[in-house]
Order: sequence, then C-alpha cells, then structure tokens
Amino acid sequence: MTNELTLDKKADTRRLDEMAQGLLGTPMDRPEGVLKVTGKAIYADEERPSNLAYGYLVRATGPIGRIVSTNKDEIAKMPGVVAVIEEADLPRNSVQGATPTAAPTRGDRIDYIGQPLALVVADGFEEARHAAQAMTAVMEADTGLHFDPEAPGASIETPEAKQASQGDLDAAMASAAFTLDEEYHTSSMHSAAMEPHATIAEWKDGKLTMRGAYQMLKFNQKSVSDALDLDLSQIRLLSPFVGGGFGSKLGIAPEAIAAALASKAVGRPVSVAMHRRQVFETTTHRSATKQKVRLAADKDGKLIGVGHDNLVYNLPGEKFSEPTTQATPFTYAGENRVIGHHIARLHRPAAGSVRAPGEAVGATVFEMAMDEMAEKLDLDPIEFRVRNIPDLDPSKGIPFSENRMEAVLRDGAERFGWKHTKPKQRLEDGWWIGTGVAAAVRVNMMSETSARVRLTQDGAVVETDMTDIGTGTYAILTQVAGELLGLPANRVETRLGDSDFPKAFGSGGSVGASSSGTAVYLACMELRQNIAAALGVEETDLTLKDGRAISGNVAKPLTEIVPGEGWSATGTVKGGKAGSLVRQATWGSCFAEVAVNAVTGETRVRRMLGSFAAGRILNEKTAKSQCIGGMTWGLGMALHEELVHDPRDGHMVNRDLAEYHVPANLDVPQIEAHLLMEDRDDWANPVQAKGIGELGISGTGAAVINAIYNACGVRIRSLPGTLDKILAELP
Amino acid sequence: MKSFDYIRATSVAEAVQAGGTGARYIAGGTNLLDLMKLEVMAPDTLIDITRLGLDQIEELDNGGLRIGALVPNADLAADMRVRRGWPVLSRALLAGASGQLRNKATTGGNLLQRTRCYYFYDTAAPCNKREPGSGCAAMEGFNRILGVLGTSDHCIATHPSDMAVAMQVLDAEVEIEGKDGTRRVELDEFYRLPGDTPHIETVLAEGELITAVILPPAPGGKHVYQKVRDRASYAFALVSVACVAKVEGGVLEDISLAFGGLAPKPWRNRAVEDLLKGQAPSEALFEQAAETLLAEAKGHGSNDFKIPLTRRTLVSVLGEATKGAAA
Repeated sequence: MTNELTLDKKADTRRLDEMAQGLLGTPMDRPEGVLKVTGKAIYADEERPSNLAYGYLVRATGPIGRIVSTNKDEIAKMPGVVAVIEEADLPRNSVQGATPTAAPTRGDRIDYIGQPLALVVADGFEEARHAAQAMTAVMEADTGLHFDPEAPGASIETPEAKQASQGDLDAAMASAAFTLDEEYHTSSMHSAAMEPHATIAEWKDGKLTMRGAYQMLKFNQKSVSDALDLDLSQIRLLSPFVGGGFGSKLGIAPEAIAAALASKAVGRPVSVAMHRRQVFETTTHRSATKQKVRLAADKDGKLIGVGHDNLVYNLPGEKFSEPTTQATPFTYAGENRVIGHHIARLHRPAAGSVRAPGEAVGATVFEMAMDEMAEKLDLDPIEFRVRNIPDLDPSKGIPFSENRMEAVLRDGAERFGWKHTKPKQRLEDGWWIGTGVAAAVRVNMMSETSARVRLTQDGAVVETDMTDIGTGTYAILTQVAGELLGLPANRVETRLGDSDFPKAFGSGGSVGASSSGTAVYLACMELRQNIAAALGVEETDLTLKDGRAISGNVAKPLTEIVPGEGWSATGTVKGGKAGSLVRQATWGSCFAEVAVNAVTGETRVRRMLGSFAAGRILNEKTAKSQCIGGMTWGLGMALHEELVHDPRDGHMVNRDLAEYHVPANLDVPQIEAHLLMEDRDDWANPVQAKGIGELGISGTGAAVINAIYNACGVRIRSLPGTLDKILAELP
Repeated sequence: MKSFDYIRATSVAEAVQAGGTGARYIAGGTNLLDLMKLEVMAPDTLIDITRLGLDQIEELDNGGLRIGALVPNADLAADMRVRRGWPVLSRALLAGASGQLRNKATTGGNLLQRTRCYYFYDTAAPCNKREPGSGCAAMEGFNRILGVLGTSDHCIATHPSDMAVAMQVLDAEVEIEGKDGTRRVELDEFYRLPGDTPHIETVLAEGELITAVILPPAPGGKHVYQKVRDRASYAFALVSVACVAKVEGGVLEDISLAFGGLAPKPWRNRAVEDLLKGQAPSEALFEQAAETLLAEAKGHGSNDFKIPLTRRTLVSVLGEATKGAAA
C-alpha cells in the first residue's frame, strides 16, 4: 500500500493534534542514546571485516598544474603496501549536496593544494599512511592562478540568473532620510564534524557494499553509480550512525570512491578514514564572503531600499556557490531592492554547503547591518526590525505561510530581559559589558521522501534510507509513528541509513525531519485506515492508544486486529505548489551578553538566549539541541572560526582543530533555547512541521557582534571578531 | 607514521644509555605522537621513560622544590606546596592545554614541546626548524601566532608552553642526566635562540634526559599569570605575562617578569626588571618598561598586533601586581 501526497495546498486538518498517545513533541530521550554513550553504536570506520586492508589518501602538495609523473613504483615496494591506486578517475573533491552525479575527477591535474593524488593501500593503517606520505609527483606548474577573490585579475563570474533588482535603489539611497552603505567580510569555515569521513568498501558477487559516513544515501548511491559505472542495484550504502555532517557529508567524499576502487583492485575489503587535515582540504567548506549591504529608511524607520551584494568563491567547474542572499528577498520590507551575486574562480579547495548555506553568513551580516541602521535611526533594534516586517514577501508579492518574526523577537526580549541601551555604559572589573540582539531566518523547503511502516502484532517498524547525523531522526520518526499508531516508543523501531530502504531526501537543508516525518505520517495514516476497516469504523472515529484501538464503546488490542503477517504501508511526500504559492520560512531571535576585556580586547560571551518558531516541534529536546548547537556555531562564527588560506598558493594553513578554533567548553556559556511549541504551519505539510536544524545559526552570530559594539563601541565588520580587530579601536 | 623501535627503560641509567641520535624519549606523548603521525618527527627509536619513578615533588633543604620530570602537569598544578609558595606556576599550568592533556603531559615533556607554527606542522612547506636550510614559509606567510622577539631571519617560531614561562620567572633550573653524569642548567640558558640553527632548540646534547626541574625557595610577593588568548579553552597564548612582584614602602623592591607567545623561548629581559626595581609604581613607569621590552620587537604582518597587545597587557599586569601599593 502506498500513500502519496504532493504538497500543492494548505493542509486542511491537524490530525496529529487529535491523537491520544501523547508522545509527539515530548522531550523523549533518543532511543539509540544508550548505544551511543556505551560505544555500541557502530560508526563508519568501526567494523573490522576479516582480511581488511587500509587505504590512505596521498596529499598533492603542489604546485598546481599537470601531473607529469609520480613515484608510484617506488611506493608500491614499500613495506606492507598492497597497491597504489593512482587513477585519473579519482575524485578531485567531494560531490556537492543533493547531486546525483560523480564529482569532477582528477584526470591528469591537481587543481588545489591538498587534492587527493592517489590512494595507497597496505596491510596496516600506519604502513599505508607512511607510504602515502612518501609519495610525490613531478608537476608541470600552471601560471597565472588566483588564490584570493579580491586580488586584482581574479576571474569573477556574475551569473544573470543570480542578480535581481526592483524599483530604484540608487534613487532611494539618494532620497532617504537615513542610509547605510557598508562592506562586511566573513571567513572561510569548515563543518569540522567530530567524526572524520570514512568508508569501508567491500565487493561480493559483483555487489559493492560501502559502510560510511553519509548524509544523503539516495544521492550518494547515484554518485557512486555514476563514478564507478555500476547499476544502483549493485550498490548498497550503510550509514546507520553519522558523527555529525553539517553539510560536509552531503555529497560523497573522495575517500569513498577511492575505497571502492581499491577494494575492487585488491580483492579485499578496504577501509579509508581521512585524517582531520584531509577532511579540511578534500571535503567542501564554506566560502569566505565579501558582502556589501545598502539600506535606505524614511524618517520613521521604514525601509524603502535594500541592497545586498556579495562575492564568494569556488573551484573551476563547481556548480555550487554560497547562496549568501537567500533570505534577503523576504526578511524585511523595502520596495527598492537589488541583489548581486559574484563568484570568483579560485584554486582553493572546493567550497560547498555548510550548515545553513546562505543564511549562516548572509543573515548574520544583514543582522549586523540592521543593528548599525537602528543606531542611525536612534531606535531600539527590536522596534526597527518589527517596523519592517513585511505583510507580503516584498520580492515576489506572495503571502507568508506564517511570519513569526515579531513573536520570537518579543518572546526572546522578555525572557532575556532586553533593554535597549547606548554603547559603552558598563565597565566592570576591567571588562566592558554589553548586550545585542539579532533575528534568525531560514527558508523552509521540502523534497521527495518515502518511508515504509510495518505494523505487526509486536509493534511498528519504520524504515527509510534517511540518516540520523546526530540530529534525532531515530527519536522523531519513532514519535510520529507511535503517536499515529497509538504505540509507546518501546514498541516502535526506527531503522535508518540503509540504501535498500525506501528513499528519503536525506539529512540536508533542514528538510530531513519534515520530509521523513511526513512520509511516516502518510504511511501511518494508511495503516490507520486498515485498522478502522478491520473494526468497521471510520478512520476519523478511531482512537489508538497504548496498543489499543478504541472507537465508540469498542476497545480492542491491536494484537487482535493486526493479522499475523502484519500490514505494511509506504508513504511518499513530494514538494508541490505550496512551495511557491506562499513564502515558507522559520523564524528566530537571539540575544547575547558579552564581556570585552578593556585591556586585551578578548571577548567572552556571558549568556545567550534564543526564541524559535519552526511549526510543530516533533521532539522538544532534540529541537532545542539543534537550536543550542546552531547558536554555538553562531558564537563560533562571530568570535573564532577562521580557516586561513595561504596567499601564495591557496592552501589551508590552519587545517587542524588546535589552530582552527571552534568554541569549546569555556567559550560557550549557558545557552537557553525556547521554542514556540504551539506553532503550526499548515502550508508546510500535514504534520505542520518545518526544519529547525539550521535556523539556530542563521543570524544568531550577529547578536554577539552587536553586543560587542554595545559593550565597547567597536563595530566589527569582518568575522571573526578576534581581539586584534577590537584592540585597534580600544582607548 | 614511520616504523620505530620501542624500548621501555627501567632506570635513568638505562634510558640514557639507550639514548642518542635517532632516539627520542617518550612520556605523555601529547605532542610527540601528533608530530610522528604527521612525520614532522620520525625517530628510529622511542625510549619509554614512564617507569623511571621521576614523578615525585620533593622539598629541598633550602626551601626549594625538586619537581620530577615525569610529574604530570595536572598534579603539579594541584600540589598544595606549589599553590601556596609558587602560585604563578600553578596558574600558568592551568591556563594551558586541556584537562585531558594536563593529565598526560609531563613536566619534562612540557619544556620540550615543539612550536605550533603552522608551517612547521606542514611537511610540504619549507621550514628551517624541521629541515635545516629549506627556508621559512612563515616569514611571508600567515604568522598570526608567531614571534616578535628573539626571532631570526631563519625562524620566527614561538615556544608554546605556559608552564615554562612561570618557571622562567621563578629562576628554575633544569636537572639533566647524560652519559657523563648529572648537570644543572638555568632555564634561561636551557633554551637557545634560533639564529641560523633554529633546529637546535635547547642545550641538551644527544641522549641527555631531563630528570627534574629545581625551583628556588618560594619568592613570596604577588604572583600574576595573565594569558591572552583567542578562546577561553585550549588555545596557545597570543601573549602571556608571568610576574612576581614585591612592593615595600611604596617602592617595587623586587620584580621578575617572563613572557610567553612572543619569542622562541620563555622570554625574560632583565633590563626591564632593573628599570622597575626600586621605583614607585606608576603608569608612566610601566609604559617605560613596556617600551624597553619591545624596543627590538619586530612584527611580520599578521602578528603585528602582538606588539601593542603586549604593551597593554604588561602595563595592566604591573598595575595589578602593585595594586594598593602606594606608600
């Protein structure tokens, strides 16, 4: 049985609110939590099949150009070495997210320092690593390459489809009572997920099994098929547990294809785990941005003009470019608008999606500019924002599915104890203290996803190739099924991360929870029809609770209703017109209190509080964790994270976690995240839920930067706000 | 990682006998193992010294302390005698690394940790310290965390230790065992400046083993360790200042200062101390001290900010160390 729904209109019922189990939305613990904390959850590189060989990627050290020759023959003779996989079809870098094709291949070229040159396979891991480190290439160097997007002569593309304009912004800027025209920079950043990318590949009877750390199995399987010229039926991907992805595992990474090639060549299972340094270089990272923001407001603080122009970069041949202005067209009012997008083609490692591509850097910078503008207007920055919440999407003229911007700003302000103050008012024990606010906004999307639910006398089993990358998928799908089928959580088993299961979009773009949640909803609604039919009642008259079906004065345990072989139903949801008839987004506010050392310029965040609305919340605990994690990322973007490229050859200089700083324990204060639990978005899907995984980083870092200004009067326009940038302006 | 031989020594004599060219002593391994994985260091032999019993802190007859080379950083920081008599050392230790690392890292190993220069860690980059004569990629590259004092045209690396900065301010001595017996070297003399041989970092001869650090009697006075860093957990010092100061009758009777994050070794400049000694504390005096300290300082681009940062931090530390001292 299948139940398929294309989202063309607003949902007309809120069936989940009529259910009786009381499981959905609760802060239920993750069902797999005990496995994780006891080390029993098996991650990508933890299986040890017999006769396993180890592969280690060889780092191209430059110069960039054509590979003339390598010392492969010498390497092959080193102790323990089984094979040197040095083929033109080794991937150059990770595949971009949601892309069903292979990555560009190495060919005879090295396009960036750090690119995989080859894979050395050996009996032992250290033998493979040692031999890989000894491998070198003779190169014919390219000339005239560029490594800095702002260097003179850098090749800049300005694709027409990514520019937009309405009204006359220049005229608005000329006539407005108040204007802002500033340039901002954000740094290159990397997801730096805790688990490095790894794959164990094994061939058996012409079939390839890859156990790895992947976010989107449907696309990953197709990429493998394209890369290795295999039928999908020959490829099985297993990714039951993923130690964080944040975009870096959307597209399959070079180690996976290399492992598959190697396993075929040596006739043994092969494990390839990347070193942290390889993760930085060969998987995708977030492009640095240069952003120019123009704002024009009338004397009452109403925006009449909005300009957002940005420059990002990527390697030649990569289709992705950081969609910096993704939320700009609809976040704030203003009839005169210009969006500009420019892409520098550089020979730095490949850029790609990192948690909230677009808004993470675009909304953050815009929220920094909004704070500056509020000051020019002498307005409380919350009032300034509220005055500029548009009635309709000002770029498309379509309504919002719902706009909760004011609600989250007011809710956060009250909980935080927000009070608008002038800068440089509090100096305590040598620290300037200040507070700041920013809004968070992230587009909401939907993509085709299927899930199967089998109901037997023992309970329900949910199956989809959707992944849990630490986000809580196991928990929320268990809760959706348990709620609809009237089963406690311990009678629902959720199985994920196996490409043999029904296809989901995967974990990316904050689409996973709402899409797989809706697919499970649709499958369960079908099963409810079965139960109702068996009882001879209407489905809408059915109450399912604690394994019993109740209708009118009849109550029967499911064990007496469900046949021995059980029932199985598949739900499939597809994005439709609802995505274009209305503007769907998620909304948040973030407040920060910081202390800036009056002597050294060091900034420490004292507290952070956020308020978020994302439709129905499926699990209060995992949803809050997403927001807290996102706000921590915002803090890191504001103060710490800076992936440095050497100006001479573009290589990543600080490619380890000692020198690429993410906020660690002492840097992260108590963070409070509050959710508008009563929120429902009927346009989103019949579950009324939207994605929340990326909302927490989509603007929140600006609260920290704005708080720095409030504390010490120094405006940071280049992230991260390290002490050297503050020091220069301190008295 | 290159294959290596492993020897577990059961006595200092045995360890020293086994030491020499191509061999490295290993205790906590918190730095050496990372460097071996990257093949920045590739010893032929590792001599495990963890069973040598050098993990005691002993009080000396003169009131000083003898800190065994294998005393973990965490234990040293927590030792009540250290916290009472040499608090600057305890504070410096706790400002460094992370709890997990401090549990493993040892006193001797901490003194010998290698620079965190990005290019030293990158075997594809030229580095005179890693590969003498190959050049210095940091000089014209990204050098935010590197040195402004005591550097040379060949190397601008900094020594990353916090502990050593405190030991430097405390006039510590290093006890060294070699094939020819035991010797003691003042910490200030223990480290060598890079000059044109940045790969030679200390006066240790091949095979010599640090067995202890000797602290003179507790100096009294006010102890300050101020570390300025990019994040509050696990970051190396951009600049750190260790200060032990005694103020009597409104005058700085005695003061010692040492600096981290600025130089290839824990930095000490006696002229700065001499300038301060016997003077009444004042902002102008502190500024003058900073000027003397930084007279020869030279930035290399992305680390230029360390010079004003050091000036500000030193003035602030001197203010704190002499607070309420007016006659």
